[in-house]
Amino acid sequence: MSHTATDPVAVRAPEARAVTGATRPPSRRHKQRWYRRLHRDRALILMAVPGMALVLGFHYLPLIGNVIAFQDYVPFLPFGSSPWVGLENFEVILNGDPAFLRALRNTLVLTLVQVVFVFPAPIALALLLNSLLSERIKRVVQSILYLPHFLSWVIVVAVFQQIVGGSGLINNTLRANGLDPISLMGNSDLFVTLLTTQVIWKDTGWATILFLAALSQIDSSLYEAASVDGASRIRQLWHVTLPGIRGLIILLLILRLGDSLTVGFEQIILQQHSVGLAASEVLDTYVYNNGIVGGQWGVSAAVGLVKGVVGVILVLGANKVAHIFGEAGVYKS
Amino acid sequence: MSASRRLDAPPMPARAVKGIALTVICALVIIPFVGIVSTSLATREQVNAAGGFVLFPSSVTWDAYRSIFAGGVVSQAMLVSIGITVVGTAVSLVASTLLAYALSRQGSFGQKPMLMLVLLTLLFSPGMIPNYLVVKEFGLLDSYWALILPTALSGFNVIVLRSFFMGIPAELTDSARIDGAGHLRIFTNIVLPLSKAVLAVIGLFYAVGYWNAFFNALLYMNDSGKWPLQLVLRTYVVNNAELGASDLGATVDVVPPQASVQMAILVVTIVPILIVYPFLQRHFAKGVLTGAVKG
Repeated sequence: MSHTATDPVAVRAPEARAVTGATRPPSRRHKQRWYRRLHRDRALILMAVPGMALVLGFHYLPLIGNVIAFQDYVPFLPFGSSPWVGLENFEVILNGDPAFLRALRNTLVLTLVQVVFVFPAPIALALLLNSLLSERIKRVVQSILYLPHFLSWVIVVAVFQQIVGGSGLINNTLRANGLDPISLMGNSDLFVTLLTTQVIWKDTGWATILFLAALSQIDSSLYEAASVDGASRIRQLWHVTLPGIRGLIILLLILRLGDSLTVGFEQIILQQHSVGLAASEVLDTYVYNNGIVGGQWGVSAAVGLVKGVVGVILVLGANKVAHIFGEAGVYKS
Repeated sequence: MSASRRLDAPPMPARAVKGIALTVICALVIIPFVGIVSTSLATREQVNAAGGFVLFPSSVTWDAYRSIFAGGVVSQAMLVSIGITVVGTAVSLVASTLLAYALSRQGSFGQKPMLMLVLLTLLFSPGMIPNYLVVKEFGLLDSYWALILPTALSGFNVIVLRSFFMGIPAELTDSARIDGAGHLRIFTNIVLPLSKAVLAVIGLFYAVGYWNAFFNALLYMNDSGKWPLQLVLRTYVVNNAELGASDLGATVDVVPPQASVQMAILVVTIVPILIVYPFLQRHFAKGVLTGAVKG
């Protein structure tokens, strides 16, 4: 730059004015007054406007809209002007309303079942894929198994109906062979199994990506050393491979637990009518069925709000736990 | 993955077990799709003979596709879905890239608080009821914009774009600044051309999201004439509502079997995803890892 010689003066001048003109001393040497920075960066501000408008309008405005949890919401009054009722809407939670408790219990059961059965699936599949010797076979298998991840839940449910539904492939085959059809999709006893199977079918392949990446990071000299020491392949798996991806497993498990209150909303709402509420009502569907469908705006907003707040606490708490375990958490603090 | 590990190949029985396991897993994913395409192409006799779901058609008819493209409910929903996806992706890309660029210029006015606001959206969502009420207050119920604006900006995508923009060497943008270029010029002439790959990836992220969106339509669209394909799929396939000749369009003279029509709807919902899938698979995998490392 040609102005190097005069730069110190140019920088000092506004600062000098700031010292004499402002009531508080500037905290940093090169800090310019806010309106100067605003003027300087006006192009950047304008570029941020459309995106920030969407963030504020469709994220932070609804966030403030949660005040209706403390109101007796009247749909025809202007936003926020309904009468205040304190914690009345929270009574379903505080007093343990049976419908609410049922939704909470179903949610937690589903989370537990999915942590036990869905979570390990991609780890096993990733280990299987990683042990393949042929890169080409591995790529072909990956191409096939990643696909269901990109299909919507409507498609996945429709696909399942064709296979295990009342007039699906399995039942048609049974009928053709003179056997009785079995109810797999409209059966409330099997609903948790059905949901879990669908999640495994849809997302196991895709979820291997992170594990495969972690597996490829393991130092190959560890395998050589173990092999020289006479470790069998099983022992190598136990002493080298699994410790190598332990950090990722703990991290993802903690994240999943932090998300305990959220279980496939779209997936459930699509299939709820065929099994009834007793087996299928979870917190998110409770909010939908009571609020949007049932018009109990305040109560369902209250349940949604509590769910959201507890969810954030769980995620942050889980992250803390990850730090205690010595793993790099998601949010550094 | 070491060379020495590859040398001592596993014994034959283990390899056979692996082979069988992988074949079964892949078959579980592929067979349903084969059946869906087969049923959509099957004739009424075959559908009746199979009881609904045909795995291997002996002869092929395109009647089911002709009927859903004849201008009825499904054709209309296809147009809605295509429109939402195209317009939505454009809106999302413009808003996201502009915001990501502004957030990538560190030390500019308001950059830190705005970045904080975007990051916090990743931590919690406001909840269904307030979302619905805000869309209602904006007067967007039964408007196509209700399917676009509430999901138009993904904080995650903005952060990925921002990380990418920050990786562009400062020398390139600095030299343009010295030559007197403003931020908008730097953005359009330097940053965007260098970011084609990441823009394509993020664009597809958004496009797949819009195409697959089902719940927003259920929530915000009462007028069934404005339903996107996913909602039509739910009504006529998942919920098995009767799809008669009047729903299919006046020009249909032969009404194909219900199962074939349903599977044809399913196929036209899946095909766009299949078309972009090779690209998705290659770049989404990278995107997931980038997001995990840098986000």
